[in-house]
Amino acid sequence: MKKLSARRRHPLAAVVVLLIALAATGGLYTLFAPADKAKADETAQSLAIDEGKKLYAVGCASCHGTGGQGTTDGPSLVGVGAAAVDFQVATGRMPAQQPGAQVPKKRNIYSQAEIDQLAAYIASLGAGPSVPTENQYNPEGADIAEGGELFRTNCAQCHNFTGKGGALTTGKYAPTLEDVDPKHIYEAMQTGPQNMPSFPDTTLTEKNKKDIIAYLDAVNSDKSESPGGLELGGLGPVSEGLFGWIFGLGGLIAVAVWVAARTAKAKKS
Amino acid sequence: MSTANDDRRKAPAGERVADWADGRLGIYSLAKANMRKIFPDHWSFMLGEICLYSFIIIILTGVYLTLFFHPSMNEVEYHGSYVPLQGQLMSEAFASTLDISFDVRGGLLIRQIHHWAAIIFLAGMFVHMMRVFFTGAFRKPREINWLFGFLLFVLGMFTGFTGYSLPDDLLSGTGVRFTQGAILATPVVGTYISMFLFGGEFPGGDFVARFYSIHILLLPGIMLGLVVGHLILVFYHKHTQFAGPGRTNKNVVGMPLLPVYMAKAGGFFFLVFGFIAMLAAVASINPIWALGPYRADQVSTGAQPDWYMGFAEGLIRAMPGWEINLWGHTLVLGVFIPLVLFGLFLGIIALYPFIESWITGDKREHHILDRPRNAPTRTAFGVAWVTAYMIMLIGGGNDIVATHFHLSINAVTWFVRIGFFAGPVIAFVVTKRICLGLQRRDKDKVLHGRESGIIKRLPHGEFIEIHEPLSQEQLHVLTAHEQYQPAEIGPAVDENGVERKVKGSQKLRAKLSEAYYGDDSQIPKPTAEEYREITSGHGHH
Repeated sequence: MKKLSARRRHPLAAVVVLLIALAATGGLYTLFAPADKAKADETAQSLAIDEGKKLYAVGCASCHGTGGQGTTDGPSLVGVGAAAVDFQVATGRMPAQQPGAQVPKKRNIYSQAEIDQLAAYIASLGAGPSVPTENQYNPEGADIAEGGELFRTNCAQCHNFTGKGGALTTGKYAPTLEDVDPKHIYEAMQTGPQNMPSFPDTTLTEKNKKDIIAYLDAVNSDKSESPGGLELGGLGPVSEGLFGWIFGLGGLIAVAVWVAARTAKAKKS
Repeated sequence: MSTANDDRRKAPAGERVADWADGRLGIYSLAKANMRKIFPDHWSFMLGEICLYSFIIIILTGVYLTLFFHPSMNEVEYHGSYVPLQGQLMSEAFASTLDISFDVRGGLLIRQIHHWAAIIFLAGMFVHMMRVFFTGAFRKPREINWLFGFLLFVLGMFTGFTGYSLPDDLLSGTGVRFTQGAILATPVVGTYISMFLFGGEFPGGDFVARFYSIHILLLPGIMLGLVVGHLILVFYHKHTQFAGPGRTNKNVVGMPLLPVYMAKAGGFFFLVFGFIAMLAAVASINPIWALGPYRADQVSTGAQPDWYMGFAEGLIRAMPGWEINLWGHTLVLGVFIPLVLFGLFLGIIALYPFIESWITGDKREHHILDRPRNAPTRTAFGVAWVTAYMIMLIGGGNDIVATHFHLSINAVTWFVRIGFFAGPVIAFVVTKRICLGLQRRDKDKVLHGRESGIIKRLPHGEFIEIHEPLSQEQLHVLTAHEQYQPAEIGPAVDENGVERKVKGSQKLRAKLSEAYYGDDSQIPKPTAEEYREITSGHGHH
């Protein structure tokens, strides 16, 4: 220690300290710095954001403002996250065709790559839920019965027992969930689009969401079966009553007319 | 072959059985009196049969269902074959309904026959009731039987309600909650009735067992008695018939009960049974597995009752949520007013025969049916009633209407609110005009014959259409009806110039009578003189 202490005023001491400091910083940097791939990703990310910004300027900015800050025609998109963009654009809801009670689902004209770019741009405006990965929303192996219970507790009020949809106030509605992509169901729960409340992971955990998706997949998709025969829209007593009146009683009256017309009375000559 | 002392012929086995039965039951005199009972032929007279047969089908399938249904609200964990509910906690009632649907042989089909038959039973009764109403078949001597039929309809509604509540599924549980709300809205006694019916706070652990006894024993028992009474009265009064040549108030023209009518009715029973079974095999009804077990903390949108309770649902949905708070008590007008309207609305149609007979003052028996056009005010009233009923049905399904026709639910509700008052008025006026128009057309047809569509050009250039005179039979049908004159209250003063005392009710009656049978309410039917005058000279006019 004495040696070091004695040479601390050596003319070259500053240079040595500087070299040691530089070596340490450089060494730590090479140790911790992301690999080349990450470097490339970062550029890709900023590239996606740039591309997304261009798409945004064309398709979205007229309502949501040039920087996503929102206008009187559309809400702010700061913090809505990539999941919201992926849901809204991939289901064709956004860009909206016209203002109205609710923006309906329609054909999506963006490619998934473009949607990802848009999502990247919106995500760059503020932190929000990201697009779920496939093992988050894949219904394989989830608990269907549990999902049913969760669905009836949290979703059925608006979407009906099995997700056939229902009416909300003044022309708004909860859409049918029949054959909706599991990814979009997941994103909708996560982000709460339009009139829907959001169910973040603190409310419905990732597993809960998966169970709900599995339940819908079992009871309201093209592979779900109706053990009782024709489902009649799955709307319950209203459609059953209509069917009963028109085909049930209507058919029986037709039979009655037929029976009454075939009578034993003597033929008119 | 026969021995010498066996000179008496041995009766065939059938005759011996009949003899045996006659000695104990007196069937010969019964048969003699009733076998030749005549039933007129018209398809609309078979609506009642549709009801009777669907009622029998409901009882038969219901017995099968009782064998497997457990009317208990004990909580069990489901381990049956329906995967999306496995491991869920539910009442035994719900679990056993799932078992009936998935694990009992033929269970689902029988369940669906039972439920479809109930839907058709009620719809059939509604149409049957309207047939009786619009043809005036409720007139003396059939007022009591009209009330029997009305009671059957109302009891049918409640039997249906208690029935679809039994599986304890999320939809029906919501309906039971709705009913409990209506009970609670009744001033003073509401809370007591609710506590009594549910054995404590809703939902409690009792209502399935209680509804079960009501559904399978109490109400069907009363209904069975009423059905028997209804049929005995039909036999006793004999069936009504439409006017026609040879048909009078004192006879019935048609087929004898045995063998013709019996064969037809028996055949028709199997047709009805077969048709309903086919319906049940093809179309799903009340898929409780998709609805899930009832839990008081869950509710779904699109929760409606079966159609016959739909108008009650509509009344509630259309009614603004008014309430009055007085001295610490709440009077929920938003529910209580619909509850009162429900009773009034049904009551008015039940009492209609008595109202009409009071207005006409007619104490005679009527066995010949009216054609609806010949009783314009009654027909218009009936159509107005049906219109209000149908508007309330739309109200009951306002959310389904809104989503499926892309409308705002608020707009649908406002349409229903206004329509409930305006619709019947419009329907009344329009129906009356249509009836009068049809009466004019009938008059025209009687006096001038049927338009043949053959156009002739006369030598001087005029075009005429040939009118074919009607047959005697057709003339009879178009002129057989009787036209009432409005009741008079007499002069306002007596012969001494003193003002007569006229009771308010008499004045009201005279007013109503004028509305029913005044100049604006019926077209005087052609008289024989008019007919002769026109037909004697020239063939056309």
